[in-house]
Amino acid sequence: MVLTINGKRREVYVSAEISLLNVLRDELGLTGTKYGCGEGACGACTVHIDGKPVHSCITSAGSSVGKAVVTIEGLEKNGVLHPVQEAFLQSDPLQCSYCASGMVMSAISLLNQNSSPSDAEIVAAMNGNICRCGTYPNIIKTIKLAANLLNNK
Amino acid sequence: MMESKDMEMPFEMDRRKFFRLFGGGLAVVFVFQDVLAFAEGTEAGLVGPVPADQVGAWIHIAEDGTINVFTGKVEVGQNIRTSLSQQVAEELHVPMSSVKMIMGDTDLVPADFGTVGSRSTPQMGTQLRKAAATARQALLEMAAGLWGVDVSSLKTDAGAVSDPQSGKKMSYGQLTKGRQILMPVSEQVAFINAADWKVAGKTMPKVNGRSFITGEHKYVSDMVLPGMLYARVLRPPAYGARLVNADLSAAKSIPGAVVLQEGNFIGVAAPTLETADKAIAAVKPNWETSKQPSGAELFDYLVRNTTNQNKEKAADGLQAIDGAEMKLDATYTVDYIAHVPLEPRAALAQWNDGKLTVWTGTQRPFGVQDHLAAEFNISKEKVRVIVPDTGSGYGGKHSAEAASEAARLARASGKPVKLVWTRKEEFTWAYFRPAGVIKVSSAFNKNGEIKAWRFDNYNSGNAGLDTQYRIARKEIAYHPSRTPLKQGSYRGLASTANVFARESHIADMARMTGMDQLVYRLKNLDDPRLKAVLEAAAKSFGWNSGKRMEGRGYGIACGFEKGGYVATCAEVAIGADRSVEIVRLTAAFECGAIVNPHHLENQILGAIVQGLGGALFERIDFEEGKILNASLSAYRVPRFKDVPGIDIVMINRVDLPSAGAGEAPIVGVAPAIRNAILEASGIGLKTLPLLPSGKLA
Repeated sequence: MVLTINGKRREVYVSAEISLLNVLRDELGLTGTKYGCGEGACGACTVHIDGKPVHSCITSAGSSVGKAVVTIEGLEKNGVLHPVQEAFLQSDPLQCSYCASGMVMSAISLLNQNSSPSDAEIVAAMNGNICRCGTYPNIIKTIKLAANLLNNK
Repeated sequence: MMESKDMEMPFEMDRRKFFRLFGGGLAVVFVFQDVLAFAEGTEAGLVGPVPADQVGAWIHIAEDGTINVFTGKVEVGQNIRTSLSQQVAEELHVPMSSVKMIMGDTDLVPADFGTVGSRSTPQMGTQLRKAAATARQALLEMAAGLWGVDVSSLKTDAGAVSDPQSGKKMSYGQLTKGRQILMPVSEQVAFINAADWKVAGKTMPKVNGRSFITGEHKYVSDMVLPGMLYARVLRPPAYGARLVNADLSAAKSIPGAVVLQEGNFIGVAAPTLETADKAIAAVKPNWETSKQPSGAELFDYLVRNTTNQNKEKAADGLQAIDGAEMKLDATYTVDYIAHVPLEPRAALAQWNDGKLTVWTGTQRPFGVQDHLAAEFNISKEKVRVIVPDTGSGYGGKHSAEAASEAARLARASGKPVKLVWTRKEEFTWAYFRPAGVIKVSSAFNKNGEIKAWRFDNYNSGNAGLDTQYRIARKEIAYHPSRTPLKQGSYRGLASTANVFARESHIADMARMTGMDQLVYRLKNLDDPRLKAVLEAAAKSFGWNSGKRMEGRGYGIACGFEKGGYVATCAEVAIGADRSVEIVRLTAAFECGAIVNPHHLENQILGAIVQGLGGALFERIDFEEGKILNASLSAYRVPRFKDVPGIDIVMINRVDLPSAGAGEAPIVGVAPAIRNAILEASGIGLKTLPLLPSGKLA
């Protein structure tokens, strides 16, 4: 099947029902997207499909055909980080950072919908992403910084 | 001239040549050393490490000025890659950017017990500071010798030695030319006082932070080697199940699948994960299960099945408590909980000419090396364990399961094999924080004086067992028990259980005497560091600022662990439906001189949030040896919505040695919340988790 990943046409020879996560990681080497639970309960595997956040671990590769898939690797343009990544870099909120890709992808989705979210709106939008190191208050601050960076661009 | 000078200098010629093996993806540094100089006891070509008492074992200064630092500690999110770099940069007078940490690689770094017990900062930090300070002294002496001047007239700054008199200057790299510094690490070398720190003691960003937010960093689960196979392992249906036999024929008929049975172990390896999944599903095993305990009987079981000799004594109870006016007996219980590292156990194993290399996420690379050497009956030198920065541990990744399984399948298939445990495997076959039963009896007077204290812990462990309070008579014992589930280390070890029981009991005693929880503690404490964090937490929280709102209560608790002192205050609100909301938490923490304020705050914050889960709702449910909630949809961990307002007060004692911070801040959370519920409702809960349903009964 042919997938569109980070703006590039990628041909893969897999069965349609295998997860998009497996295809990204094992077929295409895009390992920035993480496995955390396999049931869409932790957010570590979050990618964008046609601009919307989805759990790639419970999304079949076949259902992604003909759609635009964006992963963490697709955010940086010409060596310049996406403003949300830049905010994560500046405010250094995380510990082990295994959740980082999913957090960044979910935060971008939120900010695309709501350019100045309140704390409560951030909590509601991000609640599907687990940071087991427990850095949630730092991540809320980081998303507010990201909103500032985006709004002042 | 230079040649003869060199002979007198503590350097070895041309020892290390670094090159990158894989380029790009797997940046693995190998070190080759001069075979002639290290002829004895070494493998051809690849030479063993420099003795650990030598500076060169810990610090190598490359010709380009790169400071390579070697440590057996590993990075699991606590940010020691950054804080240890700061400490080396400080003592060696080099920029942070020139320090490169080589961590957790058994071929390259001195042997180490493991990244456990909050030892990285006090023990490894001190060791690396000694090595760096000794190295700086050696560089000064070398420059003094070269220039024929007195050492005391020279200065070091930004990776160079200079002579202010003559204006001469040489970089460290020019002085060492990449050779090793072979002189003993001085035990007497003077450190820079924390009060004078310029690089340490400051907030510095995570040194390799960018690679994590671009997805570029390779955790073990992300690594790939040419020709690598993906593995799955057959798991028993329950604890205690025995494999009678298995029909492997269907699995073996799947193209590409390698199927291995060794005793009770059955695993498969295949070119894709999908094929490995199919192959393991095609195995037809016959299991024989045995009677196993269930969660419902857990606490009785633990008390009944103690394995130590003190059992009889424990049953006696505290004898004759003379003249005490009040008495309180209570039993506290603590359930099994899971670490749930977001990156499950993972290993990538490769055999090459009888040598095994395993990349794996473990807190104990040398422990895993020992395990693999014993399992495969080869010498330790034939086993290399490498730990890239890993997706967390929390005390839960001390063991070698994934490494062993991947290595077996790599040996059987003759190819590199990667095994990443599923979340269900991680929840079921890793290990848990021990469950425990804690019986406490106390005798005390109305004026707050504590006369006697009996404290018996069944199964949780020793950590935090003793009491910090001034008590005339105490009997304190830990009684190991037969654990129904596999158990092991956890953040703070048994302190999370013991401090919960002790601090809950103390709050109940204070309440019986009519004294304030804080006043009662301060009255019975001597340790000035503990009193200081209690007072700091209470002040920031506003403990004494008048009346509580209707339906609300305050609670406080304190403890110390591994050189870190913590006091935690909580405010809770009880709803009309008896639901409990954690309104806010304040923690004051002191662990000596602070090495990196932002990262210390992250450690404290992380411990508090993890502590919330264990305090409120985390619990492993099991029945007949089966884990019933082995998934993230069934086992609840703290999420964004669960986090109350958190206020952190850090006390920087530059006059005291730096201690670790990964553990102590967790211990106050559960008892502070419990004691706040006590004040709000009069209900003294005695179980962890406190509120699995979110409501009071």
